[in-house]
Amino acid sequence: MSRLIPHPMLSVALVLFWMVLTSFSPGHLLLGSMIALVAGRAMAALHPERPRIRRWSVVPRLLWTLFMDVLRSNIAVTRLILTEGNGKRSSTFLVVPLTLRSQNALAVLSIIVTSTPGTAWIEYVSETGMLTVHIFDDKEAEHYRKVIKETYEPMLMEIFE
Amino acid sequence: MNALDNIPLWIAILASFFVVLGATLTLIGALGFARLERFYDRIHAPTLGTSWGTGGIIIASAILASHFEGRFIFHELVIGFCVMVTIPVTLMLLGRAALHRDRAENSPILPPEMRDGPIDTTLEDPSEDTQEQEDPETSEIPVTTAQGTVSAEKSPDEEKKGE
Repeated sequence: MSRLIPHPMLSVALVLFWMVLTSFSPGHLLLGSMIALVAGRAMAALHPERPRIRRWSVVPRLLWTLFMDVLRSNIAVTRLILTEGNGKRSSTFLVVPLTLRSQNALAVLSIIVTSTPGTAWIEYVSETGMLTVHIFDDKEAEHYRKVIKETYEPMLMEIFE
Repeated sequence: MNALDNIPLWIAILASFFVVLGATLTLIGALGFARLERFYDRIHAPTLGTSWGTGGIIIASAILASHFEGRFIFHELVIGFCVMVTIPVTLMLLGRAALHRDRAENSPILPPEMRDGPIDTTLEDPSEDTQEQEDPETSEIPVTTAQGTVSAEKSPDEEKKGE
């Protein structure tokens, strides 16, 4: 079982994806399943850390927080770009020490950081757990340090670790 | 045009609101990308286009498609999901390439504590005093040796793959 389907969650998600994108028919179910199995085996060849989601209940809260944050920072960055001429905005680098170590949680964190306008993931050093983020507006650096350290990291640790 | 004539007014307003929102944000992002001067600032501007810029147009498309098909259509969300998941890959590549360049040039854009490579500050902790001579060539030697050990550690993993 585990040799044939090394990543059941990935494969099931891929089949669902395939069925959503094509109209349902037995042929597409077969084709989608075959692709999902091959993709699962290809994934296994990369030896990724096995994702283990411990608490699904935190996921909606995470998504909602992300949604509101993205909305808020979209407005902030739009305003900054449009008023660049008269404002005295300066950008800064922010170093956040992370206790998060799970590769999957870090991958999700990188998606969160990059999809929030105004923050850009620059570097993560796995030996020290230091994450360097570039902040568009340095007045918000403290806010983002808090958001990453006190909001997202505990949530991701609850989900993955 | 005939198909579009039959849309109820409230759906038309809702969909056009989201299209205009998404397009405007993408435009502002492109504008910022053109106007900002420094690399690290410029990578922020296009993220407007990849978050709500994409989002607005996706939502509008989903609203219209759901109206025409008479059921909830969310194909578009797959596009949004794929954009969100793949953006960090390109952004990290660009960011790290820029960081590498600025470190090699000892650029004043970087704060002083970031100009040394990340690896030698951690591995060379006990002998920090010797790093006081600000010689870019000597500070680069630990980096190369560190990479050497990293790749040496990786090789047994690759052997396992061969089996």
